[in-house]
Amino acid sequence: MPLYINAVIEISGVLCLLTGSFFCISGGVGIVRFPDFYTRMHAVGVTDTLAAGMVLTGLMLQSQESLVVVKLLMIFLMTLFINPSASHALAKAAFHSGLEPLINNNESNSKTIDKKEGNNRVGD
Amino acid sequence: MLIAATLAILVVMILAMIRGIKGPTLYDRILAVNMFGTKTVLLISLLGFVMGRPEFLDIAIVYALINFISVIGVLRYSDSFELKQKPQNKASKVKEF
Amino acid sequence: MKDLLTVVMLTGIYGLLSASFFVAMDAVDVAFTEASVGAGISTLLMLVAVSMTGRSEHSTRHKPLLAFVVVIITGGLLIYGTLDMPYFGTADAPIHENVAPRYINASLQEVGVINIVTSVLASYRAFDTFGEVVVIFTAGIGVLALLSVVRRPENDVEIESLNESMHEQHLILRIVTKMLIPFILLFALYVQFHGDYGPGGGFQAGVIFAAAIILYAMLFGLSTARRVINHTFIRLIAALGVLLYGCVGVASLLNGGNFLEYNVLLDEPIAGQHLGILLIELGVGCTVASVMVIIFFNFAGRKDYKHNQQNKKEVKDKTILNDEEDHDDHHGAL
Repeated sequence: MPLYINAVIEISGVLCLLTGSFFCISGGVGIVRFPDFYTRMHAVGVTDTLAAGMVLTGLMLQSQESLVVVKLLMIFLMTLFINPSASHALAKAAFHSGLEPLINNNESNSKTIDKKEGNNRVGD
Repeated sequence: MLIAATLAILVVMILAMIRGIKGPTLYDRILAVNMFGTKTVLLISLLGFVMGRPEFLDIAIVYALINFISVIGVLRYSDSFELKQKPQNKASKVKEF
Repeated sequence: MKDLLTVVMLTGIYGLLSASFFVAMDAVDVAFTEASVGAGISTLLMLVAVSMTGRSEHSTRHKPLLAFVVVIITGGLLIYGTLDMPYFGTADAPIHENVAPRYINASLQEVGVINIVTSVLASYRAFDTFGEVVVIFTAGIGVLALLSVVRRPENDVEIESLNESMHEQHLILRIVTKMLIPFILLFALYVQFHGDYGPGGGFQAGVIFAAAIILYAMLFGLSTARRVINHTFIRLIAALGVLLYGCVGVASLLNGGNFLEYNVLLDEPIAGQHLGILLIELGVGCTVASVMVIIFFNFAGRKDYKHNQQNKKEVKDKTILNDEEDHDDHHGAL
């Protein structure tokens, strides 16, 4: 019986790490390829917390000491609180400073670019 | 397995840096730095496991907190943190009833 | 990139990369200090400084290409100079032969702590650490002498109204921070007293403590933070830290040993070492935390002072205009 449980725990740890890395990479691809700030924020905000949770769970299942598990649990809880609040603060600040979301991508390219540049009062 | 996860996180950090250098507005760059920070927390935890030293988890906790404080700091000291306030008049409050 | 806020954020990434290098080189204590100081407090203090000076850089009048070439040549010469040095990490380099074997072999018997970095920093080289603490304290005094603004005592009504308006705008952030700040302070205490057994110590703990107070000040307003952390109290704590460190040294002088020799503090040498290290790390933590808080409050206080003067002028002008409009309405109604 103990052998069986050890194998299950180890395999689920490896699976968690794999899914965590997959979500991580999808978030990274999203931040490079998405067209607008708010869409990028959507990609990052969702996949960041999820990937962190999965990777930390995978590490928790693989470690032997109890203090390490407690510390990983603390990092997980902190990330769960901190990441959504930071995303909220960033989106709210961007919205209040005038950055308009890209609403209509069906019109011709030049019209959309003009609309975006006309509305972005904050830019570099 | 741990090494594969570490490599994946390194790749994502490079992607976040690309957005940080390219991003047209300030908020893109803040987003990229925030993502870089959370990925660093994961990277440090994984490196601690790979090298067999669980003391790195303290560094990971510190860096998660520092990341949060830095993002809030940048938002506080850019111009868009506080809405412009209307001067409050007691007389106008009475009129609304 | 002309926007200085962006530059400050990318400098934070640079500090973070240095911390990752130290982690890869297996130097945990240094990585800890670099992550907390280089990526944390430096970014915050530079942000406040940038907010005081202005967000964009003036256009340069000289060509940056010449400076770039000079830097490349100097860097190349320096790298050429290091080619004669022994390779990184070889066992027979001079740095590993003279003092390091004594520290590594004898640290556990002579000092009794597991973390060799702490034993070197706090016991073998305690005098150097004393110098570091005094330097930090002097930096705090310098900032106070140059930048402190004479503040008239704030009106309670003004503070309450500012707090209410901020509370509505930043409700989520405030609640999350209220839950986080006790945890951060507790973690700072853990790092302070855990320095004997793992990475940590006075410097990192002081910086984390100051970061928690700075977070509170940023979200709840500087005046509220000043009511929590009194100005006199924080200056007293800064001085007390250095005083505690010096007193430990003088106490060992009075007990018959050298300055900062902990063996003579108690009956058993190892217990004396533990007591000495505990007290001086406490002194270091107090001084570092209070000096960082002093620097931040003074930087941010100047910005608030200028901001408040402008706001008061605007509100006064607006109320004068409103009064004139009310008078006109009354005349029109009659």
